[in-house]
Amino acid sequence: MNILIFVLLSLLKVAVVTVIFLMAVAYTVLLERKLVGRIQNRWGPSRVGPFGLLQPLADGLKLFLKEDLMPTAVSRPLFILAPIIALSCSLISIGVIPFGENIHWHGVDMFQIADVNVGLLVILGVTSIGVYGIALSGWSSNNKYSLLGSLRSTAQMISYELALGLSVIGVVLRTGSLRLRDIVNLQNTHGILSWNIFGGVQIVAFFIYLTAAFAETNRTPFDLPEAESELTAGYHTEYSSMKFAMFFMAEYANMITVGCVATLLFLGGWSSPFGNLLPAFGGVVVQALLPVFWFVAKVFCFLFLYVWVRGTLPRFRYDQLMGFGWKFLLPIAIVNVMATSLVLAFHG
Amino acid sequence: MNLAIFILFGLLCLGGALNLLLQRHPINSALSLIVVMSSLSVLYLLLGAEFLAAAQIIVYSGAIMVLFVFVIMLLNAGEEERTHGSQVAYLAGIPGALALFTVLASTFFTLRNSFGNARLGAFVATTSDLSRVLFRNLLLPFEVTSVLILVAIMGAVVLARKEH
Repeated sequence: MNILIFVLLSLLKVAVVTVIFLMAVAYTVLLERKLVGRIQNRWGPSRVGPFGLLQPLADGLKLFLKEDLMPTAVSRPLFILAPIIALSCSLISIGVIPFGENIHWHGVDMFQIADVNVGLLVILGVTSIGVYGIALSGWSSNNKYSLLGSLRSTAQMISYELALGLSVIGVVLRTGSLRLRDIVNLQNTHGILSWNIFGGVQIVAFFIYLTAAFAETNRTPFDLPEAESELTAGYHTEYSSMKFAMFFMAEYANMITVGCVATLLFLGGWSSPFGNLLPAFGGVVVQALLPVFWFVAKVFCFLFLYVWVRGTLPRFRYDQLMGFGWKFLLPIAIVNVMATSLVLAFHG
Repeated sequence: MNLAIFILFGLLCLGGALNLLLQRHPINSALSLIVVMSSLSVLYLLLGAEFLAAAQIIVYSGAIMVLFVFVIMLLNAGEEERTHGSQVAYLAGIPGALALFTVLASTFFTLRNSFGNARLGAFVATTSDLSRVLFRNLLLPFEVTSVLILVAIMGAVVLARKEH
């Protein structure tokens, strides 16, 4: 009986998290359209539902019903496989992200799907596999714009993955563990002062991570793979209907994942910014859900920042992008790793 | 359970390796190699080497194979011609492969008892255990290997440099 409850609760948890994640993806698109609209002094979507809140549903329905075009000269198996790789890799990483205290109910971890010892590496690995979605889409489309877009994207992701990986090492050195829960628990004691970005003096690493994450998710100012003025739409030029939607969802899901990881690594995850100053109010349920609220609030700040940057900054030139990644971010990341390990060796 | 996963991913690994040889298009071969490496990482995971499994995915399936695919895409390599191959390869290769397989199999069977009775999934080597061994007991080989890789990178840079 117990094992049955465990399996049912686990399945329920996976289903709930997946549905919430997909809804979050849909509403991030709306958030972006609304905010970019306000930045450009217009309203953004406002016709479907109150304040345009049902716009994502209408968009989803539209994309479902559109005709799925299959160009004749494409390499069919890879053309179909590419969006599946892109979307599934971006959805898998949510599976190891903890978003609340370690509370068990009937033996089921309530606020995390899978607690993996090397959780951070799992996220990095899944992200590195996700590159194939974009690489193969451009190659299999048999279109020069697609190919150029995916070549750019692949080169960009390989270059910035190094800086991203190195920026994370400082945090791992402080924690001595790759488990995401351990990383957050270390930042849990004195509120905002013990977060890695302030208490751990990882503020440089945070900015390296942030910049590299923008490049990894192909977002402005690093959105060269989709630079519409030169490449039509980049790697997804030939895609239509749900296959296009899968790339679109993968991009926004990656944004959310990257925001979650930045929150966990640098901003104390689900811990409250006030530490113990905030009295424990409400019942058990409120105390269990409050960390989730903090986590979601921090991730929301990241998404806001993403949209804000998109509405503000122009696109880099390609040689600037490569030079910035290799000649600026990477050396700084290495210096940060060395400084952190020296400090830990002598004072840790 | 562990045995089922082992058989499944072992078969996937072998299938990927065979497909790598049989495919005529380089990009399909490269993708088969990714399948081989990813299923190998699952086998590492079954043996309790979680860091090694993650590193296998990040380094081999992720970074190195992306470069392979990148080069194939950049050169736009087409399908390869199929040749009959040399007679020597058939005459020496097949018996050679069989002999190697026999030697390895018999060695593992005779040494089976001295491996101890560890089971699949029975233990986990944590990252700190691994790094303790790597950076204390095996520090010299580790550093020498990294110098070797550095030399290889410098060699590639020298070869690729334009003459002035």
